[in-house]
Amino acid sequence: MGRYILRRLVQAMIVLLVMSFVIYSLIGLMPGDPIDIMIASNPNVAPEAAAALRKLYGLDQPLMMRYWRWLTAALGGDFGYSRTHSQPVLHMLLPALGQTSKLMISSFVISVILSFALGIMAARKPGGLADGIISLLAFAGISVPVFWLALMMILVFAVQLHWFPASGISNVGDGSLRDQFMHLVMPVTTLALATTGGFTRFVRASMIEVLRLDLVRTARAKGAGEGRVVLIHAFRNALIPVVTVMALSFGVLFNGALLTETMFAQPGMGKMIYDAILGNDFNLALSGLLFATLVTLASNLAADLAYGWLDPRITLQ
Amino acid sequence: MQFTRILAAAAISAPLLAASAQAKDDLIIGVAQFPASMNPYYDSLTIKSYVLGFGNRSITGFDKDWKLSCLLCAELPTLDNGLAKFEDRPGGAKGMAVTLKLKPDLNWGDGVPVTAKDILFTWKMAKDPASGFANGHPWDRATSIDVVDDKTVVFHLEKVRVDYNQWDSLLPAHIEGPTFEKAGNFAEYQKQTTFTRAPTTPGLWNGPFMITNYQSGVQVVLEPNPHWKGTKPGLKRVVIKLIENTAALQANLLSGDVDMVAGEGVGLTIDQVIALRKANPDKFEYIFKPSLTYEHIDLKIENPIIADIRVRRALLIAIDRQTLVDRLFEGMQPVADTWVNRLDPYFAKDLKRFPYDPNLARAMLAEAGWRPGSDGICRNATGDKLSIEINTTAGNRLRELTEQVLQNMWKAACIEVTIRNEPARTLFGETLKKRLFTGMIMYAWSSGVGDSPRSTLASDRVPTAANNWGGNNGIAFADPRMDQLIDLAETELDTAKQIGIWAEMQKIYAEQVRVLPLFFRADPHVVPKWLDGYTPTGHSDLSTAFSENWRSK
Repeated sequence: MGRYILRRLVQAMIVLLVMSFVIYSLIGLMPGDPIDIMIASNPNVAPEAAAALRKLYGLDQPLMMRYWRWLTAALGGDFGYSRTHSQPVLHMLLPALGQTSKLMISSFVISVILSFALGIMAARKPGGLADGIISLLAFAGISVPVFWLALMMILVFAVQLHWFPASGISNVGDGSLRDQFMHLVMPVTTLALATTGGFTRFVRASMIEVLRLDLVRTARAKGAGEGRVVLIHAFRNALIPVVTVMALSFGVLFNGALLTETMFAQPGMGKMIYDAILGNDFNLALSGLLFATLVTLASNLAADLAYGWLDPRITLQ
Repeated sequence: MQFTRILAAAAISAPLLAASAQAKDDLIIGVAQFPASMNPYYDSLTIKSYVLGFGNRSITGFDKDWKLSCLLCAELPTLDNGLAKFEDRPGGAKGMAVTLKLKPDLNWGDGVPVTAKDILFTWKMAKDPASGFANGHPWDRATSIDVVDDKTVVFHLEKVRVDYNQWDSLLPAHIEGPTFEKAGNFAEYQKQTTFTRAPTTPGLWNGPFMITNYQSGVQVVLEPNPHWKGTKPGLKRVVIKLIENTAALQANLLSGDVDMVAGEGVGLTIDQVIALRKANPDKFEYIFKPSLTYEHIDLKIENPIIADIRVRRALLIAIDRQTLVDRLFEGMQPVADTWVNRLDPYFAKDLKRFPYDPNLARAMLAEAGWRPGSDGICRNATGDKLSIEINTTAGNRLRELTEQVLQNMWKAACIEVTIRNEPARTLFGETLKKRLFTGMIMYAWSSGVGDSPRSTLASDRVPTAANNWGGNNGIAFADPRMDQLIDLAETELDTAKQIGIWAEMQKIYAEQVRVLPLFFRADPHVVPKWLDGYTPTGHSDLSTAFSENWRSK
């Protein structure tokens, strides 16, 4: 097991290195730079001033030289300076990570709990009334765009009912736990609802397949209660493919986080990476994207380790 | 539009928020952009100017009536009051000596007086070519500065300049001096400047407000500067809150989470505000202030079709700009005839105009050898189609809509226009910068009141590979007389002569039709009913430069 984890960590390092090069090159391929946009809207920026600004930001250097400088500094723990926020990258990344973690982990946990419950209920009688209603809701969750759902949440719960604040992370001068919680309710609910539909369908499909297996019939023949049959015998076996999907989806949650963060004005990782890419903020975009890659790799490693726990016949070498 | 309708429907049924109509001490302003740095000399973005207007004033600025006035100085230097004089420079050239007196009771937010030391420090920093400072009125116009006393300096200008009495904001020497010394160079200073590292430092702010809380990408909180001796601010707190998605920004306005949406290009678009006004006519004050942002279409003179002035004129008179503005923007955005706004003192009132006349357009095209074919599109004697490509920013809904309306108008005049839009980065970073457009390119730029058109019309500002695509003269305008006039416009101090110079420049611009002027944007402001003293300016000295006058009714 130890050697397996070590090997996976080495693989992850190689993936990160390759990704850093690919991401840096791709961002570099984008036409123009921020100075061009600035000049286009304000022709009074003199060419000399524009050239000096490019030099200050290092935009006059060849792309590969900039990448090499970034890489050597990053290996020493210095991830550079964010041009769009005028701060060291880590100063930006860590608070945003905290905010996104709150959003992603809360919505992920809620989504997993809901999808387990709904998926099992639907799978017990495929084609029944409960399955029909749950499937309808799941498809609605899958189909509804996150930004639309977010906007509807704001219109109903902030504009109409005034139950929750429409945006931000806390009120100026407050910042109490309750205040922060109230600001988190709508983004977390939106993201959770957007992901629950897909998860529910996976749990349902996997459970239907397992409930038809001999092991379930055997458990029932041995006189096990329905609850034990479904939750202990069937559910554990149904989890293996579900865990794979959920692990892969954890990285994809960043996409949903970008939309919810934008709609609810939450300063998280998704929005920060998006802005950094558009603003040609190489250091911040690269560090953020590498972190997203790292999260995906880590969640996949966690899923692989979970297989061994779910099915003792699986050994990791 | 769908979201706007949804919002409008929700708003109609929503109960009126009592809070938004009540007198308040706090004002929460929603914006869709956020400043990257608070240093006044890095990144010349409107959103930064908007925030700085509250706390870091320029020495002089234009007021709501577009008249130059003192913001930090005691009296505006002019030739009439003797504070500006001509002087002989070494070598015999004429220069100027401009005496600037700071207001006697002007202080930074930490109580340290604003003095000549700050002027001297800012000048030394800004005139260094390595500084990368980007500001409208360069400090290197002054070749030397004499310090008369703590509050008075004399700028010595190398040549006579019309903008001799326009000076930008100051850096606090007692804070940024040690910061620069520690940084050692401008590359490091840009990272270490206190404006970005610790923007809540009171000593950075000399206006009526100072930043007391700054969360990058979230919000800026401003509170009154205790050492400000001017008009006492009427608000106890101003929060500038970022909500990038404009549909969410509207929802926040309706829910009462923000009190107002800033105009000046950092909030909602004009169509969104028009829709909001229709749905909520009595809930907010709506102000549509014509601005200096000039929406226009540059023509590529190297295109053989466009090279013919008759075709260029036909392109202009074939479009009904007034109807376009009336239908798309409810007439809020004034039609442009040149780059000079009607509110500008140098606007030429007797300028030759090219009103909509599709019949004349067709006649002009016929004279140029273009006659309608069986498909309604003009062809020349060799059978070539009169077909021109237009580019603009993809995803900018208003521009794309404008483009489609214009395309139909041109088609009615037998001109085929094909649309090829690009993302803003490609359009500005490649197509416009390197003049890669083949026919027409639609975009906008802003200027200050009375700004010289050198950057966009002087022959030495045509972007080329040789100058590293450094100019902004995208139409490759190269007219010796225009170059002369630009030189004169920058140096002639006689107002009557200036008006003549500007009239001639606009005449050349209009007659050569190298650009199709469309309209000047109107900034849409959504203001709470309880706010008094709010006066949008429409120019680059934004409404926040007079924010001490904002107060509850």
